[in-house]
Amino acid sequence: MWGVIKHKTQSIRPAFSAIRHFSSAAKEITVREALNTALDEEMSADPKVFLMGEEVGEYQGAYKISKGLLEKYGPERVLDTPITEAGFAGIGVGAAYYGLRPVVEFMTFNFSMQAIDHIINSAAKSNYMSAGQISVPIVFRGPNGAAAGVGAQHSQCYASWYATCPGLKVLTPYSSEDARGLLKAAIRDPDPVVFLENELLYGESFPVSAEALDSSFCLPIGKAKIEREGKDVTITAYSKMVGYALKAAEALAKEGISAEVINLRSIRPLDRATINTSVRKTNRLVTVEEGFPQHGVGAEICTSVIEESFGYLDAPVERIAGADVPMPYAANLERMAVPQIEDIVRAAKRACHRSVPLAAAA
Amino acid sequence: MSFTATKFAPSPLPLNSTTPRSNDKPLSFSFDHSKTNPSSSFLGSTRKLLRFTALAKPRAQTRASTPVADVLLHQTSNLLITKEEGLELYEDMILGRFFEDKCAEMYYRGKMFGFVHLYNGQEAVSTGFIKLLKKEDYVVSTYRDHVHALSKGVSSRAVMSELFGKATGCCRGQGGSMHMFSKEHNMLGGFAFIGEGIPVATGAAFSSKYRREVLNEADADQVTLAFFGDGTCNNGQFFECLNMAALWKLPIVFVVENNLWAIGMSHLRATSDPQIWKKGPAFGMPGIHVDGMDVLKVREVAKEAIERARRGEGPTLVECETYRFRGHSLADPDELRDPAEKEHYAGRDPITALKQYLFENNLASEQELKAIEKKIDEILDDAVEFADNSPLPPRSQLLENVFADPKGFGIGPDGRYRCEDPKFTEGTAQV
Repeated sequence: MWGVIKHKTQSIRPAFSAIRHFSSAAKEITVREALNTALDEEMSADPKVFLMGEEVGEYQGAYKISKGLLEKYGPERVLDTPITEAGFAGIGVGAAYYGLRPVVEFMTFNFSMQAIDHIINSAAKSNYMSAGQISVPIVFRGPNGAAAGVGAQHSQCYASWYATCPGLKVLTPYSSEDARGLLKAAIRDPDPVVFLENELLYGESFPVSAEALDSSFCLPIGKAKIEREGKDVTITAYSKMVGYALKAAEALAKEGISAEVINLRSIRPLDRATINTSVRKTNRLVTVEEGFPQHGVGAEICTSVIEESFGYLDAPVERIAGADVPMPYAANLERMAVPQIEDIVRAAKRACHRSVPLAAAA
Repeated sequence: MSFTATKFAPSPLPLNSTTPRSNDKPLSFSFDHSKTNPSSSFLGSTRKLLRFTALAKPRAQTRASTPVADVLLHQTSNLLITKEEGLELYEDMILGRFFEDKCAEMYYRGKMFGFVHLYNGQEAVSTGFIKLLKKEDYVVSTYRDHVHALSKGVSSRAVMSELFGKATGCCRGQGGSMHMFSKEHNMLGGFAFIGEGIPVATGAAFSSKYRREVLNEADADQVTLAFFGDGTCNNGQFFECLNMAALWKLPIVFVVENNLWAIGMSHLRATSDPQIWKKGPAFGMPGIHVDGMDVLKVREVAKEAIERARRGEGPTLVECETYRFRGHSLADPDELRDPAEKEHYAGRDPITALKQYLFENNLASEQELKAIEKKIDEILDDAVEFADNSPLPPRSQLLENVFADPKGFGIGPDGRYRCEDPKFTEGTAQV
């Protein structure tokens, strides 16, 4: 099931307080550190928060996200479980029924398929079925999305899978600020949250403000972030694709196209207001996601824009998504199966240039 | 225990019918679990322990001291129950039986809908176990959950109204037959998928242990009962949770209601070794086999299993051999079960058996039992009337309770949270 665990060797600061003393804006931390400190602070703030999953304890996390937590909080709050996704996801849900706040780590979200019954049926629906008597404050987190060279079963995006289900909140952090703010919000939230990280982002460093490093820092769930302002075309993206969209925006700027990049942050609830406001300004939309195209996040965004801002569109919506195939193993095919920066640039140009002749003709 | 391992029994299972139930042979069991888990720390593996096992020889000592699951019989001349207890048990079993009969009647009258799974015949299990619980103890059930909820103290009115899909139901009509929740009674729901409830129950047991040992809540000694059937015992979640419950010594009792049939699949045709109780010792916990048509035997076993859990000695697997007198659900034509088999178990009706015991030991008179039946009849007539006269859930309820935090519906076109839109509570908002 699990072949090679990649050991990333970035050092993780053992205690958050050490970081706090550097309050200058130039401070950079990796997404891994951001997740680690967020977990650490929330566990420290609330004894009802505990972490469970495979290899989270003695191994320090398959991706070292939980590094140092076992030493700090002990085996009763950092639980190494057997390889039993259905079992431990359900145990987490049961523990949440009466007010504990479990953080369940899936070694990768691909394995959450074994536990999807508990995420959907036991977690997402209980508050409704019990008429509000039983809320389920639980976080399911782990790396999601295309990894490299691991083939079809270990490489896909679950954002639209979980985002379709009422009762769940689905968060997709991109930067270190996102990771800290959203994970802390997820742990404090009274509802079940699916928290989709990205393996390839764990080692990336991002500048973070002093505010974002404060232990009280928290981001609102359901609010997107405009990562880059622009006026010619709106590009929506989440998780790793935000980075791609920003690079595409840079390339487009060189050609005189000003792209606005929206980091969705939250797939459910989806910040339709921010998306529509942006589209009404730019009149063009490119959606970017790593997942499969059919019934995907882009499809939902497109519908929202067509419903609410149809009259503002100057060009058909462009949707960039993963190829509609299981992930191939061969590196060249794999590259073709996931969106690349050039794809985004091309789509944005199509959206912009297609409208020009029409406008000229009018 | 005349359960044979023969896979293809030519005739209906003899079950326990040849062993007369006797009040002079109460069941008890004991074993020393301390040897199996030398570390008394909260949750198993510490780094030290891992190293130890890596260096030491395979863990043969675990096998050697694996608890033996035999039910030890010993002599005592005492009665198994007092008069008050006897009447309480009788009342609860009658409530369960009559309630389900009333459900069938109401279902055929079109008052309730969907899947309705009735509990008739299995009352000794629900009553035998749940009546020993404290209010703080948890019960996690299956789709056949009405009677578990009733035994746990949820009112007939609340359960009947839920079945009628009314706003006065225990879940305001949002749960239905297979999803009875009551926070007040620590009834953690019926779970409609096979095996789904077991991890949730194990998690509830985990929360008790966590509260006691991490949050230092000294009174957190709740016990969780997980009810499920024979069919579930072939599902992976059963094994996953036996393992973790034993590993972490969780205060839980796994109660198998082996009614011999998973819809139309005979237990013997589905299970390589049909003696489910044997799977307990395989995980280092006692496995007990008990006649599930005898409430007093069930109660004896339940008492020890629940106390064991409360003492912090870990989980127990109890297999109750029982039988459902009706089809799997009211939609099941029930054509595969042999009429002779049904006849046989009808003759072992647990309510009749208790009645007989009460009479034989002069614990109750015919009159007293009749009075109980009359009382239950009245309660149920009242419940039906209450449910019938109750209002349907209002339109506004549709959007309530999807999230504990209504902001989960996100931000509307006006830039404010959708839940702040007045139309939201009227049920006319677009979400």
